[in-house]
Amino acid sequence: MNRQGLWGDVRKNKTLLLMLTPAVLFFILFAYVPMAGIVLAFKQFNYGGGIFGSPWNGLDNFRFFFESGNAWTVTRNTALYNIAFIIVNNVLQIAAAILLFEAVGKWFRKLSQTVMFLPYFISWVVVGAIAYNLFNYDVGTLNSILAAIGLERIDIYNTPSYWPFILVLVSAWKALGYGSVMYLAAITGIDTEMYEAAEIDGANVFQRIIHITIPNLYPTIIILVLLAVGNIFRGDFGMFYNMVGNNGLLFSSTDVIDTFVFRSLTTSNEIGLSAAAGFFQSVLGFATILLANYAVRKYDKDHALF
Amino acid sequence: MSAVMTTEKSNNAPRGAGKKQMDRLLLTVLGYVFISLLAIVCIIPFLLIISSSLTEESTIVENGFQLLPTAFSVDAYALLFKYPAQMLKAYGVTIAVTALGTLAGLFLTAMTAYVLQRKDFKWRNKFSFFFFFTTLFSGGLVPWYLMIVNYLDLKDKLIVLILPMLLNVFYIIVMKSFMSSIPEAITESAKIDGAGDFRIFIQLMLPLSKPALATIGLFIALGYWNDWYHALLFISSENLMPLQYYLYKMLGNMDGMRKAMVSSGAVVTMNIPTESLKMAMTIVATGPILLAYPFIQRYFVQGLTIGAVKG
Repeated sequence: MNRQGLWGDVRKNKTLLLMLTPAVLFFILFAYVPMAGIVLAFKQFNYGGGIFGSPWNGLDNFRFFFESGNAWTVTRNTALYNIAFIIVNNVLQIAAAILLFEAVGKWFRKLSQTVMFLPYFISWVVVGAIAYNLFNYDVGTLNSILAAIGLERIDIYNTPSYWPFILVLVSAWKALGYGSVMYLAAITGIDTEMYEAAEIDGANVFQRIIHITIPNLYPTIIILVLLAVGNIFRGDFGMFYNMVGNNGLLFSSTDVIDTFVFRSLTTSNEIGLSAAAGFFQSVLGFATILLANYAVRKYDKDHALF
Repeated sequence: MSAVMTTEKSNNAPRGAGKKQMDRLLLTVLGYVFISLLAIVCIIPFLLIISSSLTEESTIVENGFQLLPTAFSVDAYALLFKYPAQMLKAYGVTIAVTALGTLAGLFLTAMTAYVLQRKDFKWRNKFSFFFFFTTLFSGGLVPWYLMIVNYLDLKDKLIVLILPMLLNVFYIIVMKSFMSSIPEAITESAKIDGAGDFRIFIQLMLPLSKPALATIGLFIALGYWNDWYHALLFISSENLMPLQYYLYKMLGNMDGMRKAMVSSGAVVTMNIPTESLKMAMTIVATGPILLAYPFIQRYFVQGLTIGAVKG
């Protein structure tokens, strides 16, 4: 009876099911089978056996990953960079959105928004070219300015300590337009009656911003930040790889889990190590996303991911 | 909120209108200065690249890159367009991948979203979760890479630049929420007239979803145009290099640049203006986006706003 019921449902919905088939196949091939392939972290990979046929080797890959000392460095870097990005990017974006809304004229708002959105549209490769133009030792703009005013050149590409600042700036630069549009949309949605009430009550613009605009942005801020926190162990591979590349001198302060996994896979061909680091990242990432979502749910059920 | 307002009222009551106008002025000045600074920081790198690409090579070697070209020269562009074979190939790959990927990806995104928003579809929540779960957990780079290289055998094939980016759960969700805002009555009457689900999707839903299709299509197209990652992982043949990956190669590898120039017909011993050439290549690879940007920007803003409102 039950089976017949299922068959009946399948037949009734056959067109809809057929329409879903390509997407289902896509996610099985590119997401679910690789998900099962996570067992590779506990295997000694060989090409003959493939993902599922290679022999098990217990925790050897993990031992290698943690004992090499890389695990701590890349995990710390990934988390610290993401925390810095979340704070700096959001503060800048909120400030820009508030000022775009409150302080400047329509024409200027449109123009500056267009300009600020531009970095979002270019590839990380082009950002890498821009970094080269700015920071190169011999011909970089920064160094030519320093040289022109009689100061010492800075060897940026060989000095790890500059890079946290550079990477935070680059991230802020690329994300500014996108984020400020999001926040601007949220500000535009604030009930104008509140502003009118404040006006009648004699509040000045700064009081209005602090007591009306910003509190009304809290839901948006909290949700965007919590969701970003959920991804704190996912490094932006495109950014790190194009800014730093395979410049090992900088790894102490720039290597994140994603670049480490990539190098282990492609450069040193250590598939087991790479899979173990990937497994570590996936599990850690899954746990943080669940936690972040739990926090969003507590705050506002409607905005939780699930 | 009202408590806050009343305390403020008592604070502000003695203040005059002049004081309030001063505050307004202060904020306006602050706004124009701060926003101008941000906008300048955002645009200067682009001006630097353009200016550097138009500067005489010897000047760059001597004085470095500069914001204003002191010794104007179009040598780099002249050289690029004199031996354009490799570059044109890369352009061809990128245009083909972007066009095919965007069309197929957009169609599949819309079709999937259509089914998921059908309220009478019994398993809509189960399938929605099936798609959504992939954004929460992934097997990581290695199994995915091995799947594509060893099992699907897609290495060094054009399709590897299209297939892995075809669908994105976030776009499906945005599309789905757009479609569910279309009144059901419209499809209901077509159903009574006996139209099948697929026909309703093609003939009714697609035309009604044009705004969302435009926005998501542009997001997908931008993703394909700017993609270099899949080429980095899977492409080794020079004939299949997309534009951004070609640029990446040239930036990191002067020998490679020389070789590409030579294979395009340049003389080996020729003096190649490497620095300005790098910058000219960057401009040529970004050009179409920079040109299209003013016209397509508002669709992105629209799309973000849809996403922000619908969560």
